[in-house]
Amino acid sequence: MKRRRPRAPGGGISMMRLKGLVKKESYQIIRDPSSIGIAFVLPVVLLFIFGYGVSLDAQHVPMAMVIDKPDQATYDFVSGFGQSEYFSPVIMNNIQEAEEALIQRRIDGIVWLRGNFGRALLSTGNAPIGVIVNGVDANQARITIGYVTGVWIKWLGRFSMEKGRPLDIPAKVDYRIWFNAAVRSRNFLVPGLIAVIMTLIGAMLTAMVIAREWERGTMEALIVSPVKIQEILLGKVIPYFVLGMGGMALSVAMAIFIFHVPLRGSFLALTGGSALFMLTAIFMGLLISQAAGSQFVAGQIAIVVTFLPAFMLSGFVFDIGSMPRAIQWLTHLVAARYFVSILQSIFLAGDIWPIFFSNCLWLVVMGTVFILIIRRKAKKRLE
Amino acid sequence: MGMKTQASKNRYPQDKYCLEAEGVTKNFLLGKRRVVALDDFSARVKEGIVTGLIGPDGAGKTTFMRLVVGLLVPDKGRVTCLGMDSTRDFLQVQTAVGYMPQRFGLYEDLTVQENLDLYADLQGVPRRARPSRYRELMKMTGLGPFTGRLAGRLSGGMKQKLGLACTLIKPPALLILDEPTVGVDPLSRRELWHIVYRQVEEEGMSVLLSTSYLDEAERCQDVILIHEGHFLGQDKPNVFSKALEGHSFMLTPYGGDKRRLQEVLSERPEVIDALILGEKVRLVTVDAMEPQEVKRQLQVGVEFDVHGVEPRFEDAFITLLKKKRESEGRPMVQRAISPSRVAGSRDEEVIVVKDLKRRFGNFYAVKGISFRVKRGEIFGLLGANGAGKSTTFRMLCGLLPASEGELKVAGHNLRRARAKARARIGYMAQRFSLYGGLTTYQNLRFFSSAYGLKGRRQAERIGWALESFDLSNLKDARSGTLPLGYKQRLALAVALMHEPEILFLDEPTSGVDPLARREFWHHINALAEANVTVMVTTHFMEEAEYCDRMVIMSQGEILAAGTPEEMKARFRTPENPNPTMEDAFIALIEMHGQEGSA
Repeated sequence: MKRRRPRAPGGGISMMRLKGLVKKESYQIIRDPSSIGIAFVLPVVLLFIFGYGVSLDAQHVPMAMVIDKPDQATYDFVSGFGQSEYFSPVIMNNIQEAEEALIQRRIDGIVWLRGNFGRALLSTGNAPIGVIVNGVDANQARITIGYVTGVWIKWLGRFSMEKGRPLDIPAKVDYRIWFNAAVRSRNFLVPGLIAVIMTLIGAMLTAMVIAREWERGTMEALIVSPVKIQEILLGKVIPYFVLGMGGMALSVAMAIFIFHVPLRGSFLALTGGSALFMLTAIFMGLLISQAAGSQFVAGQIAIVVTFLPAFMLSGFVFDIGSMPRAIQWLTHLVAARYFVSILQSIFLAGDIWPIFFSNCLWLVVMGTVFILIIRRKAKKRLE
Repeated sequence: MGMKTQASKNRYPQDKYCLEAEGVTKNFLLGKRRVVALDDFSARVKEGIVTGLIGPDGAGKTTFMRLVVGLLVPDKGRVTCLGMDSTRDFLQVQTAVGYMPQRFGLYEDLTVQENLDLYADLQGVPRRARPSRYRELMKMTGLGPFTGRLAGRLSGGMKQKLGLACTLIKPPALLILDEPTVGVDPLSRRELWHIVYRQVEEEGMSVLLSTSYLDEAERCQDVILIHEGHFLGQDKPNVFSKALEGHSFMLTPYGGDKRRLQEVLSERPEVIDALILGEKVRLVTVDAMEPQEVKRQLQVGVEFDVHGVEPRFEDAFITLLKKKRESEGRPMVQRAISPSRVAGSRDEEVIVVKDLKRRFGNFYAVKGISFRVKRGEIFGLLGANGAGKSTTFRMLCGLLPASEGELKVAGHNLRRARAKARARIGYMAQRFSLYGGLTTYQNLRFFSSAYGLKGRRQAERIGWALESFDLSNLKDARSGTLPLGYKQRLALAVALMHEPEILFLDEPTSGVDPLARREFWHHINALAEANVTVMVTTHFMEEAEYCDRMVIMSQGEILAAGTPEEMKARFRTPENPNPTMEDAFIALIEMHGQEGSA
């Protein structure tokens, strides 16, 4: 027989092998409903939940109005509350009844106009009101107090204008809200959510599909073929990169056209930043799959080390600046943090290059570290 | 005896070797226990022939093959493959060798054609060369009509053939196949062997193939025997069996007391092996003798007729194993499990199945089968994967309701009084469903409690199990880390805790070593003696020979019923005067015009 003495499979990457692997992976993605589910159905569901269901704004907060001595001024004040979209006022007869209602959680707060409200208003032009708010949800309570104060000051201003008297309060607040003029939390949540979704597609899907190859024994046959380890890795990265960017495009389209989140920056920056993050997320997935032996373990690790931190430590919902110092340090290890920052600035502010590039730099550093570890650990061996 | 266990080195002075292993040792850590997978293992594989690596599960076959292709690194020793060092030059080795792992990496969500394309891409087969190679492979494997089918929808046999086709897409210099015939029906098994031999004859390929089926050893041109990580011997298969010429006999007891005959014989020092085959007992003796001498020397109180038979490969393997164990000072001891006798007549029918059907959606897995089993019988349910035997079995054990038909077990109608019937049966599942995290003792306690044993009675039964199955020393070992043979013992003990009158065994001994299998059947025979009815499913043709009666199933139907002797006798021809059970099975399938692999 012919004695074949093959040379080491040296040299560069073989396009034929790489194409074969990418094609195989693509067929698997198309035929596996769970990949399509994670890449396209999950973003839609999450965006709808966060876009419509979860809101950090106070809207139609049920408030009890207790008026000790009704008169023209109090009537005017209460109707001012009624017009605000933030509140649904309920008139109550006395403070005891209102407190009872608060305890039963029928209302979230009480506005109490004491007997001297009308007199103080007429004599000094400044009439104090009493506000009691359910503080269980501190965030909501703070927002409610802010809104009550806003309504009150606005009403006082209008009242004194009508009376032709300057308002006699220590300082007049005149505020403007930048970047999100309507103070819609959706504008802020949706871009952050895109980062979470992409973490899920990149890290979790990639980690699981490689673990699946080990579990089903396909990896053993793969690594004893002349394929090179770089080709196996690239064969995973390319299809999932395309899939992830597809999910990204879908999410962005939904953000703009369904939730009307403004996109103030450029598409170029958005695409560039997303591509960089997508790669970092996929590298995380590859790394996890190397550590995990089974799909189940890979999925669990991916949730704990990528998805949950992306949710809680990325600044997507909870402001990093108000976290304890130690946790703030920890957030530097969460790749999603940099991407959330990139996305929020591109959507709400525009191309702010210093922010963009500093965050990109961090992503490049993380991605490089990941890929170096992966290359060191990836072997065409079973041990 | 002239068996060459050591000096295999220069048996073929002019031969070339494609593979040489010298003093290879490999250890693994299993939990905290160190497991020796290979111990100072040396062997050579000759060029241009089929070499079998033969040994039971856990012998070290897979470890050896992985060392050859450089997937593992030996702790000691070296492996040279096609003139290259398997550890240092593993990338070159992997390029030159075709390796088909035990669970070959078929992508089940890709079609047959897409799998072929992938491996053609990976092997760098030029596009122009592909159509003719594909045609050749499809013709050889008979997969031509199925190229558009998803690999996951193929039968076990077809999957293996596709795996082989993918491995052969670029003909390798050395083909390494890890248990290619496991879980494959006999017809596909024959086809796989045929494909392998074509590669050797037409392409001059060298093949190393592992198997735990000893009957397959005779199909190889050279065999390496491996057991517990040790090299046991290497030679042509017929050299092993030739050495036992004059040692093998077939005994027909008068009056049909085959079990007693077998039992008494297996305790005699002159006897290496005594095995029940249908109505007869197959005997292997320590020394060669004439049939008349057998009759004279072995006066065991049961009269029998005797004639000499051709030794089989398995006889040689058993002889080697027993001698090895004796030389290591740990001879085989047959323990008695002394089961208590089940009351009742042996004519009573304890399992009655009539027109039994089971439907899953539009598909009938079982299409109206009928059979009856008498008390104390060992009854076999034989068939390839997907024949419907597991479904039938689950219905009999009350794990799955029947769609139609009558089903009576131990006098209880299973369609109405399932719980009552279940208390009377013992069940040993395939792959021994034990709790791997629990110790031997905890498993025994858990399962006996599950069957309602408690207090003194429970303690008694646990004591009985530990003693009769020789598990006392392993009482506190986690069952997941036990060797396969011990797991099997424990699984049988667990099934017998509540002294059932009917015992169900699902593929009980596939893959366990032949000594452990003999011990297992020794216990089963003792149970049958004590009037316990035993029902066995198996796709393993040899195991069927241990049954009193059996049915052969295919595609949900019973093709034939009878004793093993009757089954084989139906297919006796002038060309094949002594058909094996496998011959009978294949002939039956072909007669019914069914494609065994579809």
